[in-house]
Amino acid sequence: MEQLKTIGRELAMGSQGGFGQSKEFLDLVKSIGEARSKAEEDRIVLREIETLKRRLLEPDIPKRKMKEYIIRLLYVEMLGHDASFGYIHAVKMTHDDALPLKRTGYLAVTLFLSDDHDLIILIVNTIQKDLRSDNYLVVCAALNAVCKLINDETIPAVLPQVVELLGHSKEAVRKKAVMALHRFYQKSPGAVSHLVSNFRKRLCDNDPGVMGASLCPLFDLVTIDAKSYKDLVSSFVSILKQVAERRLPKSYDYHQMPAPFIQVKLLKILALLGSGDKQASESMYTVLGDIIRKSDSSTNIGNAVLYECICCVASIHPNPKLLESAADVIAKFLKSDSHNLKYMGIDALGRLIKLSPQIAEQHQLAVIDCLEDPDDTLKRKTFELLYKMTKSSNVEVIVDRMVDYMISISDDHYKTYIASRCVELAEQFAPSNHWFIQTMNKVFEHAGDLVNIKVAHNLMRLIAEGFGEDDDATDSQLRSSAVESYLRIIGEPKLPSMFLQVICWVLGEYGTADGKHSASYISGKLCDIAEAYSNDETVKAYAISALMKIYAFEVAAGRKVDMLPECQSFIEELLASHSTDLQQRAYELQAVVGLDAQAVQAILPRDTRCEEIEVDKDLSFLNGYVDQAIEKGAQPYIAEDERNGMGNVSNLRSQDQHESIQHGLRFEAYELPKPPMQSKVDPVSSTDVVPVPEALSYRETHPISSVGSTSEAGSSELKLRLDGVQKKWGRPTYSTPTSSTTNSPSEKPANGASHVDSATASYSKSRDSQNTKKTEIDPEKQKLAASLFGGSSQPERRSSTGHKASRSSGGAADGSRGSKAVEKTIQQPPPPDLLDFSDEPTVTSALPSVDPFKQLEGLLDSSMSSTTNHNAGTATIAPDIMSLYGDSTASQDSLDIFHGLSTEPTGATSGETTVTTLPQSVKGPNAKDALEKDALVRQMGVNPTSQNPNLFRDLLG
Amino acid sequence: MIRAVLVMNTQGRPRITKFYEFWPVEKQHEAIRNVFSVLCSRAEHVSNFVDAESIFGPAKLLSFPELDFQPKVRRTADSRLVYKHFATLYFVFIFDSSENELAMLDLIQVFVETLDKCFRNVCELDIVFNYSKIHAILDEIIFGGQVLETSSTEVMKAVEEITKLEAASNAINLVSKSVSNWRSR
Repeated sequence: MEQLKTIGRELAMGSQGGFGQSKEFLDLVKSIGEARSKAEEDRIVLREIETLKRRLLEPDIPKRKMKEYIIRLLYVEMLGHDASFGYIHAVKMTHDDALPLKRTGYLAVTLFLSDDHDLIILIVNTIQKDLRSDNYLVVCAALNAVCKLINDETIPAVLPQVVELLGHSKEAVRKKAVMALHRFYQKSPGAVSHLVSNFRKRLCDNDPGVMGASLCPLFDLVTIDAKSYKDLVSSFVSILKQVAERRLPKSYDYHQMPAPFIQVKLLKILALLGSGDKQASESMYTVLGDIIRKSDSSTNIGNAVLYECICCVASIHPNPKLLESAADVIAKFLKSDSHNLKYMGIDALGRLIKLSPQIAEQHQLAVIDCLEDPDDTLKRKTFELLYKMTKSSNVEVIVDRMVDYMISISDDHYKTYIASRCVELAEQFAPSNHWFIQTMNKVFEHAGDLVNIKVAHNLMRLIAEGFGEDDDATDSQLRSSAVESYLRIIGEPKLPSMFLQVICWVLGEYGTADGKHSASYISGKLCDIAEAYSNDETVKAYAISALMKIYAFEVAAGRKVDMLPECQSFIEELLASHSTDLQQRAYELQAVVGLDAQAVQAILPRDTRCEEIEVDKDLSFLNGYVDQAIEKGAQPYIAEDERNGMGNVSNLRSQDQHESIQHGLRFEAYELPKPPMQSKVDPVSSTDVVPVPEALSYRETHPISSVGSTSEAGSSELKLRLDGVQKKWGRPTYSTPTSSTTNSPSEKPANGASHVDSATASYSKSRDSQNTKKTEIDPEKQKLAASLFGGSSQPERRSSTGHKASRSSGGAADGSRGSKAVEKTIQQPPPPDLLDFSDEPTVTSALPSVDPFKQLEGLLDSSMSSTTNHNAGTATIAPDIMSLYGDSTASQDSLDIFHGLSTEPTGATSGETTVTTLPQSVKGPNAKDALEKDALVRQMGVNPTSQNPNLFRDLLG
Repeated sequence: MIRAVLVMNTQGRPRITKFYEFWPVEKQHEAIRNVFSVLCSRAEHVSNFVDAESIFGPAKLLSFPELDFQPKVRRTADSRLVYKHFATLYFVFIFDSSENELAMLDLIQVFVETLDKCFRNVCELDIVFNYSKIHAILDEIIFGGQVLETSSTEVMKAVEEITKLEAASNAINLVSKSVSNWRSR
């Protein structure tokens, strides 16, 4: 039986032809495939390592065998084990003359060695020789190794040969030489900086592949210094134009796109070159417009080019027309079913939003869909976008969302990241201090140990300083609310250390300030903290300091201090602490408690945290003492640098003169060190002579931050808007879908050809296939949208009466154009640079950021993209929704767009993922092969999934 | 640039790993494990992109000591990961912001298409047993972290040429060896 199996395997391998490996190797793979656990796998691999060690020591290993051993070494290392004992054999193999062995050797060393490995020195010579070889394959193999193994020390050894290869007759070699040179440049720019012009030269290579290869280094160069490459703008534009016009050989086409990878690189370069350069940008407009128009949005790669176009448009000097078409592309991306495209759409939106903030509002519901998507990547990208569009009006919603997400994830890296984002936004836009503290509490509670310590200090400072206005009442209210919230939170288990520090500090400062809580209550709580987190010394230090303050305030107020027994024991514990810091604090506390009220008042005055602690840097209060000492004959103080002969120039000169008068002699040699002295002394400013140790950070007082100076107004605005939205929903419908369908014929022409003519049909069809579930969720989303995209809801309310008027007059179902006249109430004026183009009639920037039609369109589209629709039935279930949809011209229009989209093939990716199991008969001529392979797969225990060995079938379709 | 190419099966076993910057073996292995744990936690019909910064860390910044000004921080902390799931295998590309995600997704496609052409209905086993050939194919597509060729027919041509020449030199080798053996006798 066993034999039969082996025969079958051998047979299968025979048909394969490529498996020239020995039985040993097959067995290894098989046993690893069958390993049940990581430990078992490790055992097998360790045994294999032993075998290999033994084998490699054998004399006269045949070369074929040796090659296999090397491959097995690679295999071992790929599985995560150390194979360094065999490195030297791989190095030896590179010296071999036979091409297969040499290639295997190079492959092994590139995978094994780092560029500073000791063995590299043994390879450099071989590489040098091979770079000069007549066989271009040897040259290629050597170039490949060069990329990985050569570092800045060894670059000079191979550089001449590589440069020579730039003129090689084979384009494959030229291409690789360009890339190798690029790699040198990445590793050590200094070593090849004199050769940079070669990249420009290769741009004109008559082989498009080499030209394409030279774009990579040029991209790097342009990133670093765009100015010196401005002269190439016209070349890049003309290359891009030629590529887009399919002037390249057919072999460069990929999925019917002309050389898309070259296009992508060129667009990236142009984006850099055109950034902030009007003249350069203008030369790009035509070709960008052409590409956007021509690109095939049904393929993956077509979308890649389109996305790069958007990035380019967003980066160069803005052009309204291009921005508009970019916005159209984004709309297509966002409406797509593919998560990949949505991701790209969100990213592109984030880029464009700086130029035309209103565009986000058109897609608000799509954005919210992405935010609620189960796909983490998409979600994070959306948070990125929200971060970019945060204003004081929507900060609460955004940060709340972020915090919720932060709590839900376990990935520390991203948690840190998003926590810092929350803090940043909260500090920048906080509508109120109360909200700020609440938000900070949440952030600290869930990611406390991940955020920067500065954040904690900022929070303490904010609580201490209040709003920065002279309104003591609100400040103390804020403080007591902070105290209350902390007293609540203390009970929670496992709070992060940093948060505890803040809590201790606040309780110490303000715990008893409003008289609500007694000193013993607060001190009891503080002791609880110290006890619960007894291995955290920082927390203990904060706790004892807080205790000291509480008692000091008590003493100063003339009350008698009676320490709780647990406080007593806590202090005693610290008095004997190993940490001198804790010990000192404990002793200080003891000392302070023993003093009389007045002294305590002077040491720890209440509520003076915001007062500047004046540091007298000149130590002027010592002047009297110094004068006395000098009078008594003490030497006057000479600064340290002066004492060391490092005095500043004027001093030196006067000293010189002084000396020359005294001695009448000059030693020329003494003059020499002057210049260096000068330069050294110059930066030393006289005021900095006395270094002042920084005060403890939590006692430090800082200039008042401008947190939320504008934000109070913002928050009230926000509330207003939210109310408005709800009110709107409560209103009965004011227009019916039927009335608008009659309008459709007149609207269609304005929409252009892309819209399917059977508008009415599609609309009714969509009604049939509706799903009411979605619409029930919609109000939630709508509300979220309103709060996120602040501005949109308000004007919508205002303009509701204007819908019909604009529709009938403009006749443009697109909405954006038709309602332009009505919607002049733009919240934010367009960026000034856009105004340059304002003579154009269809300026994107003039589009109302608040266009209700667009909003409705977005609403409808998003509901459809999740394969649900609303219909007449919805009206009865949720009439308030219908009022939003009332303007069905817009909705119809959007349906049309969607319909148009859905008829197009939806990208290669969506299809590919679905095919996994197919009937065997589909496999065609290869069925036998495949069956054999399948049998082998099963034998080997290599993951026999599905009945179909034809694993990559989906590719062929 | 492309920073790494990983092929692993759905049980997390690496099949092909290629790092275009040097990574110590342990770190490679750790990264592979992390990538796998991220990938297998992802639902089916979601995007093919993953933020890989936490696994691969920020891309190295280019420093230019010879320039009198320091360019704005380039490639700020970004390592992106694109993956594609084919039957029992994950194909994973890790790269920085100088590449386009969708384009990388298509590059995976090119790679797999080429494998398929090369092995007729490629399966995991082909990849296990043709280690050096797979690397040869990969080297024709990505060179030193940059995209070299995107046409699978061109790649096939190059690989076939290599195989042919290898076979030829093998034959020569065998002859010369037998001759030398004979002579020494």
